[in-house]
Parts: sequence; C-alpha cells; structure tokens
Amino acid sequence: MLFEFPWLSLVIWLPIVGGIVVIASGEQNAELTKRIALTFALLTFLVSLPLWSGFDASTASMQFVERSPWLPALGIDYYLGVDGISMPLILLTTFISIFVIIAGWDVISYKPSQYMAAFLIMEGIMVGVFSALDAILFYFFWEAMLIPMFIIIGVWGGPNRVYATIKFFLYTFFGSVFMLVALIYLYFQTGSFDILGFHEVPLGLSAQILIFIAFLLAFAVKVPMFPVHTWLPDAHVEAPTGGSVILAAIMLKIGGYGFLRFSLPIAPDASAELDWLIITLSLIAVIYIGLVALVQQDMKKLIAYSSIAHMGFVTLGFFIVFAIFQRAETAGAVMGIEGGMVQMISHGFISGALFLCVGVLYDRMHSREISAYGGVINRMPWFGAFVVFFAMANAGLPGTSGFVGEFMVILAAFRADFWFAFLAATTLVLAAAFTLWLVKRVIFGDTANDNVAALKDLNPRETLNLSVLAAATLAIGIWPKPLIDVMEPTIDNLVQQIQVSKLPEGAEFIAPPVARLQP
Amino acid sequence: MTTLTPSISASLLAILPELVILITACTVLIADLYTRPDQKESNHSLTIIGLVAALLAVGFIGGSVPTAAFSESFVRDPMSDLLKGAILIVSLLTFVYAKDYMRDRDMWVGEYHVLLLFAVLGMLIMVSANGFLTLYLGLELLSLCLYALVAFDRDSKAGAEAAMKYFVLGALGSGMLLYGISMLYGASGGFAFADVAAAVASDEVNEQILVFGLVFALIGIAFKFGAVPFHMWMPDVYQGAPTPIVLFLSSAPKIAAFAMAARILIEALGGLQTDWGEILVILSVLSLALGNVVAIAQKNIKRMLAYSTISHVGFIFLGLLAGSEQGYASAMFYSVVYALMSAGAFGVLLLISSKGQDVQELDDLKGLSDRDPWLAAMMALIMFSMAGVPPMVGFVAKLLVLEAIIAQGMVWLAIVAVIFSIIGAFYYLRVVKLIYFDKPTTELPVTTSGGARLAITLNGVAILLLGMYPALLFSYCQQAFAV
Repeated sequence: MLFEFPWLSLVIWLPIVGGIVVIASGEQNAELTKRIALTFALLTFLVSLPLWSGFDASTASMQFVERSPWLPALGIDYYLGVDGISMPLILLTTFISIFVIIAGWDVISYKPSQYMAAFLIMEGIMVGVFSALDAILFYFFWEAMLIPMFIIIGVWGGPNRVYATIKFFLYTFFGSVFMLVALIYLYFQTGSFDILGFHEVPLGLSAQILIFIAFLLAFAVKVPMFPVHTWLPDAHVEAPTGGSVILAAIMLKIGGYGFLRFSLPIAPDASAELDWLIITLSLIAVIYIGLVALVQQDMKKLIAYSSIAHMGFVTLGFFIVFAIFQRAETAGAVMGIEGGMVQMISHGFISGALFLCVGVLYDRMHSREISAYGGVINRMPWFGAFVVFFAMANAGLPGTSGFVGEFMVILAAFRADFWFAFLAATTLVLAAAFTLWLVKRVIFGDTANDNVAALKDLNPRETLNLSVLAAATLAIGIWPKPLIDVMEPTIDNLVQQIQVSKLPEGAEFIAPPVARLQP
Repeated sequence: MTTLTPSISASLLAILPELVILITACTVLIADLYTRPDQKESNHSLTIIGLVAALLAVGFIGGSVPTAAFSESFVRDPMSDLLKGAILIVSLLTFVYAKDYMRDRDMWVGEYHVLLLFAVLGMLIMVSANGFLTLYLGLELLSLCLYALVAFDRDSKAGAEAAMKYFVLGALGSGMLLYGISMLYGASGGFAFADVAAAVASDEVNEQILVFGLVFALIGIAFKFGAVPFHMWMPDVYQGAPTPIVLFLSSAPKIAAFAMAARILIEALGGLQTDWGEILVILSVLSLALGNVVAIAQKNIKRMLAYSTISHVGFIFLGLLAGSEQGYASAMFYSVVYALMSAGAFGVLLLISSKGQDVQELDDLKGLSDRDPWLAAMMALIMFSMAGVPPMVGFVAKLLVLEAIIAQGMVWLAIVAVIFSIIGAFYYLRVVKLIYFDKPTTELPVTTSGGARLAITLNGVAILLLGMYPALLFSYCQQAFAV
C-alpha cells in the first residue's frame, strides 16, 4: 500500500511547485511569502519521512520505484528509486532545507520571495539527483541544480559574488559535460539509459578508464577534490549563509554519491587500476588543505577548506576498498565505504551548523574576518556554547557524529595500508588545530572591541536551528546504528559488485559501438 | 517518392499554404494603397490573419503520405509539413514582436509586410521543393526580399553597408549553388532530386563531376547557413540591420536552410554521404570553434548573437553529418528549436527597446530584472537554453545531436562539441549576469503591449515545455525521416 504511492515524485515536485507558488505570491507581503515557503519546506520533510519508515533495510534492491517512459524513442525513462545510499541523503536534503529557509527569515530583505523560491526549487532538484535511476534524468537534475545556485550566489552574495558564481558555474559545467558523453557511450553499450543496466554491462579496460576519467572530472569538481577545489572557497565566501549551508551540506555530497552510484559499479576495474590516484588526491586534501585551513583569515573560508579536507576523508573511504581486497577481506571494505557515507551525513549537519554560526555573527557585525572578533562568549554565552560544540564535532570528538565516520575510515585504512591510516589520522590533529584555534580567536579571550561588546545573543529562531542540528549531531554520534543498518545491505551488495571484474574475456580495447538507433 | 500524377486541382490543393500567403501578400499590397498613413493597423491584422490561415492550411492538408504536385517539381511530405508550420509560427512571432518597434520608427509601412510575406512564401517553396529549380526559385525569392529588408532603415549607414555586404556575398553564395546545380544536372541529366539520386546510385555517371557539383552546392548551403568559413556576412548584417529584420533573418530562414540541406544532401546526394560527411566535419568544427570563441569578445549583443548562431549551425551540421535517420531527425529538431530560441532572444531585445533608444550593446541589458522581472526571466531562460542547460530544450537538442554522432562512433567529435559548449556557456551566462546581478543604468520602465507579452510568454513556455517533453516535437522529426 505504502509502496505504490509515488512518494519520490512527491518529494521532488512538491518543493518545486512550492517555489512557483512563492514566486507567484510576489514581493508585496514578505511575511506571508516566508510562511508559505516554510510550510512547503516542512511539508516536504514530512512527505519524505515515509521513505525512511517504509524502507526495507533487509534488501539492497531499489525501493519506491517509479518508472514510466519519458522519451521512448531514445530509451529515456522517468525512472526513480532509492536504496540505502540515496535514502539517507534525501532525508538530509529535506531536513537541512528547512533550516535554510528559517535562517533567511529576517536577514534577506532584497526580494525575499525569489530567495525562498530558489531554495525550494533547489531542494526538489537535489532530491531528484539522489533518486534518479535513469542516466539522462540524473543529468537533467544534476545540471538544473546549477541554475538556482548560480542565481542565489549572484544575487544575494557578497561583494565579489559575480566572479565567484561564474567560476562556480563554469567549473561544474566543465566537469559534467564529459560525464554526459560517457553516459551516451554507455547507452550504446546497453541500449537504455538505465543506470542499473550500466552496472551490469561488461566493458574493456581502456573504455572503463576513459569512462572513469569522465566521471571523475564531474564528481571531483563537485566534491571538490584537490586540485579542482578552488571554486569552493570563492563560492562559499561570497554565497549568502543559506547558500553556503546548501553547498556544504548537500551539494558536495552529490559528488560523493556519484562515486558510489556511477564510478565504482560501472568501472570497477578502472577504479582498481586508478585507486592510487584518488587515494593520493584524498590524502593531499586531508593534509595539505588542512594546513591551508590553518592560515585562513576569513571564517567562511576556513570552514570551506575544512569541508574539502573532510570530503577527502569520504573519497579515501570509498577508494581504499581495492587495497583491502588484496588482503582478501571484505568486512574492512564495507567499513570504509560506510565510514565515508556516515562522514557525508555527519558533515552535512556539522558544516551546515558551522556556516549558520558564521551567519549569526555576520548578520550582526557584517564581517567574516577572524580578526574583527574576540571574546564573543562574554556577550553571547549560548552562541559560544553552540560554536564550541560544533567545533568539537568538526574536530572529530567522540560522542559526536564527526567521530564515527572518521574512526571507521581510519580503521578501514589500517586494513589497507598502515601509511594510509597514519596520514589520514593526521586530520585528528589538523582539524583540532584549525577549529580550536578559530574558536580561541573568535569566541574566547577578552572582548575585542566595542562592536563585539554590543552583540546580542541568539534569538529564538537561531537557537531553534542550532539546537536541532546539535541534537542530530549528537544522536548519530552516540547511536549511529540505525543509520548504518539502513545502509549496510546496499553497501555489502556494492562491495560484492565491485569485486567482480567487468572485463569481457579477451577484449582489451574499446569496441566500436555497433548499436544503431532504431525508432 | 510516390509517383501519383495528380490533377491540377489536387496540385493546387497541395500548395494551399503557399497560395494563402501569396493572396495575403497581394491583398496587403493593394490594401496598403487605400489606407491612410495613420491607419496601417489593417495591414498588420491582414498579415496575421493570413499567416494563421496558412498555418491552418498546413494542418489541413498535412499527412504522413507524401503527395507530389506540378509534374513532380513540388512535394508535400511530413518534413515539409513540420518545417512549414515552424516557419509560419516563427514568422507570426516576428510580426507580433516587431509591431511596436517598427511603428515607433516610422517603418511600419505596407512594404515591410509585403516583403516579409514574400520571404515567407519563398521559404515555403524551398521547403517543399522536389527539384533543384523549384528550390532555387524559392531561395532567390527569399534572398531578394531579405536584401531589401536589411536595408529597410534607409537612413542608416550601417544598414546600407550591411545590405550591400549581404547582397554581394549572398549573390556569390547563390552563384556557387547554381554552379553546383549545373554540374549535377550535367552529370545526371535531370533537375529532380530523384533523378540525381538515381544517377548517383547507378554507377554509370562520372563520380568526379558529381562530387564537384556536390562541393559547390555545399558551399552554397554553408553560405546560407552562415557556417565558417562562409560566415563573414553574418556579424555585420546582424549588427547593421534593424533588430526586427535580424529577428526574422536569424530564425525562420535557418529552418528553410535546413530544408535545403536536407533535400540536396539527403534526398539527392544521399549516396555520396561519405563525401559530404567529411566536408561537414570540417565546417562544423570550425563553426563551433570560431562562433563560441569570438562571441566572448563581443560588446554588441546582436553581434554576439550572430556568432552564437554560427556555433549553433555547427551543431546542426553535426547532426547532419552523422548520416543516420537519428542524426537527420536531431538536426531538424535542433533547427526548429534554434529558430524558436533565437526569435525569443531578439524578441526580448525588441520589447525592451524604447522609442528612440535601440538595445544594441550588452550593457543595455544591465539590471533588466529590476526594470521588468518577467522579461528578464524569459531572457535568462532563453540564454540557459542556448547554453544547453537542462531542463530547457536547448539541452535536449544538443543531447540528441551528441547521441547521433556517438552512435556513429565519432566520440572525439562529441568531445570537441562539448568543450566548445563549455566555452560558449560563458557568454550566455554573462548575459544572465548583466540582467540579474548588475544595477540598471536607466530607470525607464519597459512598456510593452499585451499581445507581445503574451507571445514572449508562450515562446518561453514552449522552450521549457519542449525541454521537459521533447517527444512532442521529436516524434514528428523522426517521422519525417523514417523510411
């Protein structure tokens, strides 16, 4: 009964319809507009809950599947479904979006209805990315996501917003068009755009490597991985608070999701061949970017770099599996990928919360420079407590969600290679260094200047936002089992899938595509 | 092609849309003599009625079975039905968008309507040509009207220069085409496409002469499309001619040019596909490269859109050179979609041009979202569509073309195309940036008539809707090339 209702379509299209309603309501009555937007965000979260409650955690197959022809001439379907990887990410999206709407409540005075609408439409599109099982549908949502974000940064951003938003758009666009070519190539190997079909099709090694590189360009830009990460600090610094939260909490996860959904299962042999590349880039992200974060003067930039370092952990967790296979173990491999997934969810809460914290300060002082602050705790004790909590979580304090993911990845890395684990574990030092130093300079010490002395503590809306996120961070930190249980069968299945070589026997080179389209 | 020999009345029925346009043009010509200069509204109404009637006629006589008329020199088939419909719709849009602009500048006279209508008639004939003579007849009717229209603002120096350039280069292009046709005629002994196709298939004809003719005919086609290296006229004409004329020039004639390419290359010279395919590879790669790169350097928006057109022509050629039914259908889809986008883009430029103040420079678009949010949204939609971002139809058009060429194993060509699309995305984004992120330089509100506003809305909705449900149009494109 529950399974026949098109829940996924509802979660995708409800916020998009909401966005249109909000735009149509105009700018005359800002209060009403915001209420409509919040109602839609809450409703969307509510209708996404059945995805969790109705989820069958004992199977790895797709659930809540919807499929109907869309462009039948080309084998393109409107094909949706979720498994243990995408379902938690969809809930994260609908959950975080509520706080983004609330965070913009008092702050956005320039065209608030368009602002709210952009975020609602964005939410629907992101859910679409996570639930699409047709490659073209996926690409459709993947690219469409750029438009609202482009406008959010460009219209409501900081002084250098135009540079940042165009850089953001072109970087991501650059990465993704190669993915499109790869997807079309795969279509001619399988005869449809079904992503699950792509998982099955045998491919020669050179074809796999080219496909892997095309996917890597798309996902590495999104994650972002070193050395294509440079758009992120710019975009984060210039974006309005809500934009930063969405970027860090959800959009970066889409890159990680892409690795799990596309790169690993479609090109397992190429992934095994090139895992050294990803592992190296991930470790560079963890160590080098961690050091870069240490010297930032701008709070948002610091958190942006910290995000890159944490996402390095995610990609590390995904790609150490091949080194673990060589030692004939699979349990460690499952743990690595699970650790990466937990890290993604946890980072969604923590980075989102940290950007909200910066937003709280920025709304009062209009400065993001660390040097403009000092001794904030004297005036804002509640706020100070939240910042310290999230900073600790960011540094991976046991008991918070930040610890669970990092711990799992490091444990798995030990089973792969001692040195991977050793280098990855430096993050515990580095992350502690840059976050705690940030806290020390901004929150503690004597009240730095008159502006700080005039600060007012959190208003109820901000308190609500931060406390809910803090609760979520704690919940996953203390009892991650429900989350892991949901993911486990899917990730088990994925690990088994990528252990099987997809090389056709005897074929080493790209076979010319012979399939001709028949209408 | 079917070889029913229809009676004269059946022949006349087959050209019903052309007849309607012809009668409308003549009526406007005469009615114009009897209306006072301040009562030119009737010309406009007559023209609109005529175009709508022609559109209905296309629908009335349309069908999946091809009918030939006038001793096989004229054909009505699914391809001609669709392309005629698209040409008529885009022409309708032209008249609606241009109304206020032309009236404000005292150019809203009878000749303008008559010349445009004859140009439409020329295109309809081109689309339905079943032989080289008919094709050439339609092409020249179209071209001569366009030369005059480009110089329509007779006090404008830039306009006169553009018209001169267009005329000389256009005549050169026509000459090349004619020379190619004469070669093909010499080799095959017939003007009908079927005759040439039979000669190509028979192996008894000197292939050298055929290929020689092919090259010249192809140059003529490339001239009319504006593909590199035969694009020189486009930027100057786009910049110099009055915006409504550019709107028309950049949209409907591209559809007609596609018809010309399809008739000559596919119907007549389909047997030489390997030869013309290779030439088209060069033309399309050059067009994609030059169009997208040079557009970045432009300050004048009409000139920028001219280079953008060149790059889109590159994509249309990519579809053609795939040489498969899928490829032809995707090129056809692309041409129609492009005409729709181009009409919309120039339409917005027309609507925001106020009396005495033409929108020419990119900077004139600054802060449009503050002056008129709805038009700003439409322009942004069109720009994203041209850049190929989903869910707009421009993305689907590119996707279909890429699919067609990857199906032929030309992955490298697809990669070249996407790389230049990324470069192209920059200048489309810059327009969106100017519209949304910059402050307006003028506080003048935009005044538009309700009709024009409705038209631009429909235009934008069509771009979005076709992006979501491409099958609405694409299934017809496939039908046109289904064997």
